[in-house]
Amino acid sequence: MSCALEIEGLFVRYGRDDVVRDVSFAIETGESYALVGESGSGKSTILRAIVGMARDWRGVIRVDGRDRVNRIDRQFARHCQMVFQDPYASLHPRRTVNDTLTEPLKIHGIGARDARVIAMMEDVGLDPRFRFRFPHQLSGGQRQRVAIARALMLEPKLLLLDEPTSALDVSVQAEILNLLVRLRAERDLTYLLVTHSLPVVGFLCDRLGVLRYGQLVEEAPVERLRAGTFATAYAQELYGASLGGGDRSGATVVAET
Amino acid sequence: MVDLRNTEADAATEGDTRKAGRMGALALWLTDDAPASRVQAQAGQAYAIARSFARNPLAMLGAFIVGLLIVVALFAPWLAPYSPVGQNLEMRLMPPSAEHWLGTDELGRDILSRIIHGARITLLIVVMVALISAPIGLLIGAVAGYFGGWVDRILMAITDVFLSLPKLIMALAFVAALGAGLQNAIIAIAITAWPAYARIARAETLTFRKSEFIAAVELQGASNLRIIGIHVLPLCMSSTIIRVTLDMAGIILTAAGLGFLGLGAQPPLPEWGAMISRGRSFILDQWWVATMPGFAIIIVSLGFCFLGDGLRDVLDPRQRDGR
Amino acid sequence: MSAPLLQMRNLRVTFPGPRGPVQVVKGVSFDLGRERLGIVGESGSGKSMTGRSILRLLKPPAKVETDLLRFDGMDLDQLSEKQMRAVRGARISMVMQDPKFSLNPVMTIGTQIAEALRVHEKLPRREIEARVITMLEQVRIDDPRRVVKLYPHEVSGGMGQRVMIAMMLIPQPDILIADEPTSALDVSVQAQVLDLIEAMIAKNGMGLILISHDLELVARYCDRVLVMHRGRVVEELAAGRLHEARHPYTKGLLAAVPQMDERRAILPVLDRAAEYET
Ligand SMILES: Nc1ncnc2c1ncn2[C@@H]1O[C@H](COP(=O)(O)OP(=O)(O)OP(=O)(O)O)[C@@H](O)[C@H]1O
Ligand SMILES: Nc1ncnc2c1ncn2[C@@H]1O[C@H](COP(=O)(O)OP(=O)(O)OP(=O)(O)O)[C@@H](O)[C@H]1O
Ligand SMILES: [Mg+2]
Ligand SMILES: [Mg+2]
Repeated sequence: MSCALEIEGLFVRYGRDDVVRDVSFAIETGESYALVGESGSGKSTILRAIVGMARDWRGVIRVDGRDRVNRIDRQFARHCQMVFQDPYASLHPRRTVNDTLTEPLKIHGIGARDARVIAMMEDVGLDPRFRFRFPHQLSGGQRQRVAIARALMLEPKLLLLDEPTSALDVSVQAEILNLLVRLRAERDLTYLLVTHSLPVVGFLCDRLGVLRYGQLVEEAPVERLRAGTFATAYAQELYGASLGGGDRSGATVVAET
Repeated sequence: MVDLRNTEADAATEGDTRKAGRMGALALWLTDDAPASRVQAQAGQAYAIARSFARNPLAMLGAFIVGLLIVVALFAPWLAPYSPVGQNLEMRLMPPSAEHWLGTDELGRDILSRIIHGARITLLIVVMVALISAPIGLLIGAVAGYFGGWVDRILMAITDVFLSLPKLIMALAFVAALGAGLQNAIIAIAITAWPAYARIARAETLTFRKSEFIAAVELQGASNLRIIGIHVLPLCMSSTIIRVTLDMAGIILTAAGLGFLGLGAQPPLPEWGAMISRGRSFILDQWWVATMPGFAIIIVSLGFCFLGDGLRDVLDPRQRDGR
Repeated sequence: MSAPLLQMRNLRVTFPGPRGPVQVVKGVSFDLGRERLGIVGESGSGKSMTGRSILRLLKPPAKVETDLLRFDGMDLDQLSEKQMRAVRGARISMVMQDPKFSLNPVMTIGTQIAEALRVHEKLPRREIEARVITMLEQVRIDDPRRVVKLYPHEVSGGMGQRVMIAMMLIPQPDILIADEPTSALDVSVQAQVLDLIEAMIAKNGMGLILISHDLELVARYCDRVLVMHRGRVVEELAAGRLHEARHPYTKGLLAAVPQMDERRAILPVLDRAAEYET
């Protein structure tokens, strides 16, 4: 069997509260899996537990057949990387694109850095002219490409994507989504994508899991999303709201201050 | 695909090219938006900062004064008309004249020459204090802010102890313990100066400690040492540089205070504070003896203040608009 | 029709570039009544700069020029900085694009919202606390009592955005400028938050400028839409007729949105070759 990621009975806690409760799912190698759910439901927290940024968790996280320990380690870094939500916050403001991309190579003592950086920039569709620019000289879409390139520098097999396009405008989102589709095909990557946009899931993913209040309420293949036939009421509601026009009756809020 | 190239001519880009025609090759190289190397990128960055700095007249005045101090200190022996220590008792306490522009002191030494040579001492003090205290403060602050928890509590407790005592008094106590002299004065001032930098560096570190770009290098498996040294410290640097520059005036005054009390540079070294101290007995009749070094102190202190303010405007990202 | 709440004529924003000034907003004009105006356009088209210029938030070296900028009978460009501060927040408020960037990272959420309230009104502490909690509830934050004690890095991306919105709505402004207010929110919360804003418009007669790159959203929540491209308004449409857009740029934007039953292998993108010049 080949599971890129298995999660069983995962609980994650900040302070005294569990924000993720008893979540289990598995992603096969080469698959693209989406976690959707409303804001604050614990999607990012699951990713943070996998990479070791949220340390207080119980349960089993198995990456490529090996159990995770709850801290960041170097070997794991080469296998799994994460792309963050906000391209404006995820690049160091005083380092050029080149510095950002060579950093992982330096940390792991990998040679031929120039050649690798140039090749990677080409792979993610960044013009070589941007190599020595600072982040503030790049647009949001270009920054997100740099962030994706950085995550790919160590040639990981599993890529965790935390809302990679939500801060970008639709035209740039389309570019980044196309890029992710192409990279996955070229490099046999496995994706775990967190998003709140169901159409993005439909475009990029094979399966999805719906989270609510820290619990996984439904898992479904993407065909069910396309057809709009979810099993649980909550998932169906989410779908309805995404269709547009949808959920406006269920959300009558009156300003009373 | 939708082709946008023809929908609109971009006036700004045209303006760019026209303007570029008038620029020198160096300026073109510096403002290249596709730098070909790290050196060029950093030079370009520095050039942009220098240009916005040049737009601020007070900052330029500050830079000029500080530059002047450095030039005077470097070339003191050639600039000074007389020896700073050569006594000439016949010429005691002469008022400013064509021969002695700023007059002479009670031993007949030329005050201008002493001030010029004194610039070396002032510069030495300022540079040494900055070189000792800024790195210590930066490191302690960055480590405290990065690790947080008990490391932070211990380091900040120590910092606060130092911070809670008045600077001059603490410097006095250290000099009294270590013995009078220029070297000990420098050490004493450095000891009193670092806590402020530690506080700044810590506050700065806290603002981006949890940010995603730090998380990203952590995820790549970088060691703590590497993260602090390469990723955290450079971001604390600009606010520390600004603070150090603004503190220079205080350092000069503290050094002058120690000199005035006879605890700093020892005679016959032409330290400005010590010069005031010796001149104060003649302040009513021979005002220039104490006043001229006083002017020097004020001008140089102001110079550093202006420079610091100007640096804050160009280096501090919060003062700049946008990201 | 009475005079509009806000009138803007020929707004130009210029930055000094390394090789001479670069104009990033090139003459934008519009009127805003007590209505909902959407501004869409791709990244870098000058949407945020337009929003910020209204509040005079752009500091030198940015240069902002208008032929007219009138709000409720006042010429905003003539006001002193002090008078302007009384307008900002109290009468016109703005939800900034990047919540994590706009919130103070070392101050708790509760303190920051209370601060926004305290600046404009003197209230006893009890009352302030209650108002903060109510406001957080209204932007659909569960468990607001826990959230007020958290620091910005401890809340999720979407919660940060809602906190910003709460902060801006609490003084009950006349005009709300919302710059990508809901980009990190899932659709249902997004709908609830925008419904809240809508309800306030209905109740207080507030004007809204909604800046977004989400065309669907703008079409749904606005009366009118301006499409911006490289510093200019290229098209103005009634929101319901967005799909009839004629400008090739607007059409391109519309085509780039993935659909729910997406079956295209790649999405069409805009050709940016010309823009790589910047
Ligand atoms: N460092 C922290 N300390 C305390 N609570 C936290 C911390 N980080 C996150 N939380 C809480 O955990 C919950 C889940 O947050 P998480 O970031 O996983 O949400 P999310 O599903 O990613 O939401 P969004 O779509 O808005 O990003 C939230 O209620 C948040 O307040
Ligand atoms: N400080 C600055 N100096 C020079 N140019 C700037 C500065 N800030 C912004 N710009 C430029 O102004 C233009 C308009 O920026 P603006 O933030 O208004 O874009 P936007 O339409 O809001 O895009 P987004 O959707 O990415 O937020 C951009 O091309 C940007 O590069
Ligand atoms: Mg999140
Ligand atoms: Mg913007």
